Amino acid sequence: MNRLSYIIRRLIQMIPVFFIVTVLVFVLIRCIPGDPALTMLGDRATHEMIEAYRQKIGYYDPLWLQYFIFLKDLLHFDLGSSLRYSEPVINLILERLPVTIGLTVSVVFFTVVIGFPLGFMAGKKRNKLPDYIIRIYSLFGLSAPQFWVGLMLLLMFGVKIKLFPVSNWGDTLPEHIMALILPGITQALGIMAVIIRNLRNNVVDISGTSYVTFARSKGLSEGRIDLRYIFRNALLPTTTILSLWIASLLGGCIIIETVFNLPGLGALMINSVLSRDYSVIQGGVLIFVITVLIINLITDIIYSMLDPRVTLN
Amino acid sequence: MDIRCSAVADTSAKSFIEKKKQNILIDTFILILKSKALVIGLIIIGIMLVLALFPSVFTKFDPNYIDGNAIMLSPCTTHWFGTDMYGRDLFSRVIYATRLDLFIGVSAMFVPFAIGTSLGLISGYYGGKVDALIMRIVDILMSFPYMVLCIMIVAIIGAGIKSLLIAMWLVDWKNYARLIRSEVMIVKNSDFIQAAKVMGFSDKRILLRHILPNVLSSALVYAASDIVVCMMASAGLSFLGIGVQPPTPEWGALIALGKTSLSKSWWQSFFPGIFLILSGFGFSLIGDGMSDLLRTRGR
Repeated sequence: MNRLSYIIRRLIQMIPVFFIVTVLVFVLIRCIPGDPALTMLGDRATHEMIEAYRQKIGYYDPLWLQYFIFLKDLLHFDLGSSLRYSEPVINLILERLPVTIGLTVSVVFFTVVIGFPLGFMAGKKRNKLPDYIIRIYSLFGLSAPQFWVGLMLLLMFGVKIKLFPVSNWGDTLPEHIMALILPGITQALGIMAVIIRNLRNNVVDISGTSYVTFARSKGLSEGRIDLRYIFRNALLPTTTILSLWIASLLGGCIIIETVFNLPGLGALMINSVLSRDYSVIQGGVLIFVITVLIINLITDIIYSMLDPRVTLN
Repeated sequence: MDIRCSAVADTSAKSFIEKKKQNILIDTFILILKSKALVIGLIIIGIMLVLALFPSVFTKFDPNYIDGNAIMLSPCTTHWFGTDMYGRDLFSRVIYATRLDLFIGVSAMFVPFAIGTSLGLISGYYGGKVDALIMRIVDILMSFPYMVLCIMIVAIIGAGIKSLLIAMWLVDWKNYARLIRSEVMIVKNSDFIQAAKVMGFSDKRILLRHILPNVLSSALVYAASDIVVCMMASAGLSFLGIGVQPPTPEWGALIALGKTSLSKSWWQSFFPGIFLILSGFGFSLIGDGMSDLLRTRGR
């Protein structure tokens, strides 16, 4: 099966999942206690105003018809409008999406730049001091709450040393990049713990294989063996784990964006929950789910490209 | 005579089994002592448990007492961890929070563990439509990021400890169900299960006495690392202001309160975080030790 038809088949498989998710989100949002008309218009609204608003939003329509209209609007990228900002939800989301994407890129960058060399070193220096230090760190990284690590980094490098901006997203691109460094490192420190452990074990396993011994007996330089024989093969499963983590990164960004006051999608979600802005919660959840579905698809495709043994059937 | 013989044989068999059981217990105990990670983890969590059960022994301050003369004091000999912006003693607040945090962490792990294991057993053993239904629900839950689903549920039920726990129970069972299901699918085709079926044992007996003991170890190892995830997630939700509500002391909520005056009083966020890390570290070590132990036992 060629790659294109595989992608098309996977996209078709995503359709039922997406529909069920929309049903779930639609039903759950309508489970929220309280009258939407009253929430929208406030306590001072007259009876006539409330009735008119209810007619307008189709409050008395049967539930299936309401769902149908919701779905129709969704296909036109109309996610309703926010009560708090009085703006279409889709605009709010599109405004904040680049921040969240920037944060994810920053996290992946730091995980790769710091985590990959450390994991490789731990595997090469197995059961020696660097290995022990790196392994203890990876245990610590798993049990340290990211919001606390973030605050402490902010205190050290933002407040005391003043190396990075504190709670300032800025206006220009260099300012944005500066604002994304500390949040990126914070989240990367957690994910790195998993990556390092995995990479270390892979390096240890692969160093013992016969093809590495054979390469050595051929007289290849250690540098070449490390890079071409060990590192490249050890990286394969680790890359998959990294891409699987990107999905949970998106959830984690809610906390990180709150810690660093970044105007991203996660911060928008949490503010909407606190101010009961339901149409934004609904839109936000849908965007998150669609992103996860797409990331899963991309992961599968990348994996098949990296490892020729994986077939697309 | 025959009856007496069989009675003697019966008692000796019983005492043999008793002895064997004792030996297994002693062996396990020795193995536990040999695993440094497990011992250190158990000591850390043991200390945390003592703090959680008898907080008043360790501090003379009331965690909710507001002292207008002791606002934002830095750590000193009277107030070991300093005080917050309302003049409450931070050491006693952190100590009193231990009980709630451990309770939330353990119950957020245990209920999904029980639900997920049961559903995984049923799903893997019976297969067919039941399996398809359970697995589709799992698939749908999988497409939501953990935090997003928790936040959505809390948005519906309202913030607080109760909704925090319900959200985490509803979200977390899927991993156990998947794990147990895949193990059951392997075990159910083995000879001893076929033999049990031929002997006419009921499904309930086969599931609980023959399959469950063989598939539980992987779920237990996962549970030990899952409890860390649960503790961090629940503290995270409280940090966001949608979990445990003030003035109830909880580590995540304490860190959030400290965030508002981070530059003036670092201690408010620092100390609750250290306790959170210590308990997470303790549970991680127990999980690591347990998986080593089960691997050795398996061999």
